Amino acid sequence: MAVEATTGSDLVITRRSFRSFMSEVFGPLLQVFLFVIGSAVVLGGIVLLLALALRGARTDIDLLQGTITILPQVIIDGLVRGFLYATIALGYTMVYGVLEFINFAHGEIFMVGAFVGAFFSAALASSGMLTTLSPILFVIAAVFLGMAVSGLLAMSIERVAYRPLRGAPRLVPLISAIGVSLVLQDVMRMIAVNTGLGFNAQFRTPDLGQPLVLAQMPIADDRTIPVSIDSRSLIFIVVAIIMLIGLNYLVNITKLGKAIRAVAQDRPAASLMGIDVNRVIAVTFLIGGALGGAAGILFGMRVGSINPYVGFLPGLKAFTAAVLGGIGNITGAMVGGIVLGFLEAFVASYLSLFTRGQFSGASYADIVAFSILILILIFRPSGLLGEVVTQKV
Amino acid sequence: MKRISAFLIFALLGALLAACGGAPAAAPTAAPTTPPAEATAAPAPPSGGMTGVIKIATQSPLSGPQAALGVGIRNGAELGLEQLGKTLTDMGFTVELAPFDDQAKPEVGSANAKNIISDNDILCLVGHLNSGVALASLPDYQAASLVMVSPANTNPKITESGYPNAFRIVGRDDVQGAVGEEFARTELNIKSVYIIHDKTDYGQGVAEFFRQNAEKNGITVLGFEGTEEKSVFDSILTPIQAANPDLIYFGGIYDQAAPLFKQARDRGITAAFLGPDGLDSPVLLEVAGDAVKGMYYTSVAAPVSQFPDAAKFAEDYQAKYNEAAPPFSAQAYDAAGICIQAIANAATAANGKPTRAQVLEAMKTLGTFKGITGSYEFNAKGDPVKGAYFVLQVSTEAGAPAEVWNKNAVVKRLEIAAP
Repeated sequence: MAVEATTGSDLVITRRSFRSFMSEVFGPLLQVFLFVIGSAVVLGGIVLLLALALRGARTDIDLLQGTITILPQVIIDGLVRGFLYATIALGYTMVYGVLEFINFAHGEIFMVGAFVGAFFSAALASSGMLTTLSPILFVIAAVFLGMAVSGLLAMSIERVAYRPLRGAPRLVPLISAIGVSLVLQDVMRMIAVNTGLGFNAQFRTPDLGQPLVLAQMPIADDRTIPVSIDSRSLIFIVVAIIMLIGLNYLVNITKLGKAIRAVAQDRPAASLMGIDVNRVIAVTFLIGGALGGAAGILFGMRVGSINPYVGFLPGLKAFTAAVLGGIGNITGAMVGGIVLGFLEAFVASYLSLFTRGQFSGASYADIVAFSILILILIFRPSGLLGEVVTQKV
Repeated sequence: MKRISAFLIFALLGALLAACGGAPAAAPTAAPTTPPAEATAAPAPPSGGMTGVIKIATQSPLSGPQAALGVGIRNGAELGLEQLGKTLTDMGFTVELAPFDDQAKPEVGSANAKNIISDNDILCLVGHLNSGVALASLPDYQAASLVMVSPANTNPKITESGYPNAFRIVGRDDVQGAVGEEFARTELNIKSVYIIHDKTDYGQGVAEFFRQNAEKNGITVLGFEGTEEKSVFDSILTPIQAANPDLIYFGGIYDQAAPLFKQARDRGITAAFLGPDGLDSPVLLEVAGDAVKGMYYTSVAAPVSQFPDAAKFAEDYQAKYNEAAPPFSAQAYDAAGICIQAIANAATAANGKPTRAQVLEAMKTLGTFKGITGSYEFNAKGDPVKGAYFVLQVSTEAGAPAEVWNKNAVVKRLEIAAP
């Protein structure tokens, strides 16, 4: 009886209709896309309304025109920032999904990924191959290298620092994670300083081209300012989307994904069904770490110079994004990251304009963005996409 | 299973300890270069009281993003102790350097300060690099009457807060901000400026002084923003691009300025860049590359090559540490020299190893000290009576950043009395 049931469910998996396949792999992407449009429209609408309302208060400049001129660029900035948080948040949310535990070392996994890229580019540069290598090949090679190293690192950290503590009270692995994070920072500092890479490591790339100018926005005095997106940012977004599709495929379609979801829902029961829980958890760390490593590589490529502490702040923000989206929910992590990125970009760019320079936007961006976050969480405590009974992973 | 993990954890801890142990162990090795044997061999000491260990402490960031400058301060002081410490060793004392790493963090500096004052052999301190760290540590130094001679702190509050034990051999931000503003207005013909700072005592301080002077003298200030962002400056650059200023003034340190300037140029922002002495590091050029070539910055400390008396120091530094002397290292050498002179004066007056209070008294009556970066005389607040200020231009030559940086030219030199 039992055997029959198992084969039956296997058949269901293999004979999944094309439609459900598409909806499970690309559905979340659609959801993310809707949130991108939604955030842009809502926040853009708010700043335009504010500009209209405050128009009379400022006589020195045309507030409405100033607002509209930079709006497209602010949306692009927000999108790029959002995808950064989103890709890191995926790692937090996957680990939380299976272990209900916040892996605070994830920001450092991201940092290690960035350093792997820096080492890779330095090695290429010293052998003179950097300028001759095709940019696409370079990006692909660097991303895969970063994914491999960070993924394996995350897996070994789980083995050494978390698995022995799995039965311990919940705070214990948390402390262990903070410890791992400090260890990784300083070990990487030691390695970077002693290998000639330097504390401020350079991430060189082949020529990736000039920023892509999408439009010219007119501004006073017959001057126009370009709306542009950096080619590196474009690569970031494209790779992030590919990763999300891959992750959805993995979690929703494959047998491994089913095992991960089973472990997330009920670990003892999954174990009784013959799932090797330890292996599934290790694989989850591998996937989360690989995503973090890829994000690190893309981040380093975009910024050009990294140091061993670059992982801390993006890590913290990504954790916030994961909570905002509903921790444990993969699409939620993406959505949360994007919403947070938009909030920060809008506040940083517009606050100063609307307060006549009284409040510096960049200084207060975090305060305003996080206040809005608190408001959202008061009304939706389980996050934007979290449900009362969270559908984990 | 459990045993293996425990073993791994121990192995990890062991590796860590080994890693941590490496750095501090290297520091005290410099001390024995002033051989205590001299004390016994030379029958010179006039009295039996002139014995014992005298330590001069340094506090500067030896690790972290600003270590390039902080290590320079430590090394400069170490060299100063080796070459000028003879005054004290001839008297019969043993002289040692006690380097501390403040990590450019106020809380670390303050914790170190408590360690420093609990060591009674430490009679004088050379430090800090960061004004914010110095301000956090000064209350502890004051409680112990420990003299602090700063080779780099430019925030006015250092000497304006009423600490009798705070001295510096560099100029002040209120003057430095004004020097930058005047240079931008008269030499660069700047009509509008966008000011960004790093929200620290130092960066925001100098940026505020720039803004005050700019507003007073008719430069339009299009924006004044503070940020702790270190890598992605998109949200700051978008409003700048719309405002289209002639100049971007950055009040802060090079580790933040470099990516900011680089990303601004990548975006097609053509404004000129200007900043204070926090930008004075080859790392700026290394990270920002072409974006900063030819830009100007103001400084209280010109490159070592600008001081004719410091040529030997530059050679000695290169020989001993195998790198070009970074900014502020020559000032640290002089600060150590001032410490030694004050301690020697106090020792002569007390006819024995002086107390910290006696060293402080000696500092106040030091008179003129002739160092390798200039002659220093302190006013009642602890400022040099006349501070030197420089406007420098980043060299446009090709080559390794550390070497190119030393070719930066002084475009203007001003001697301005402390306000």
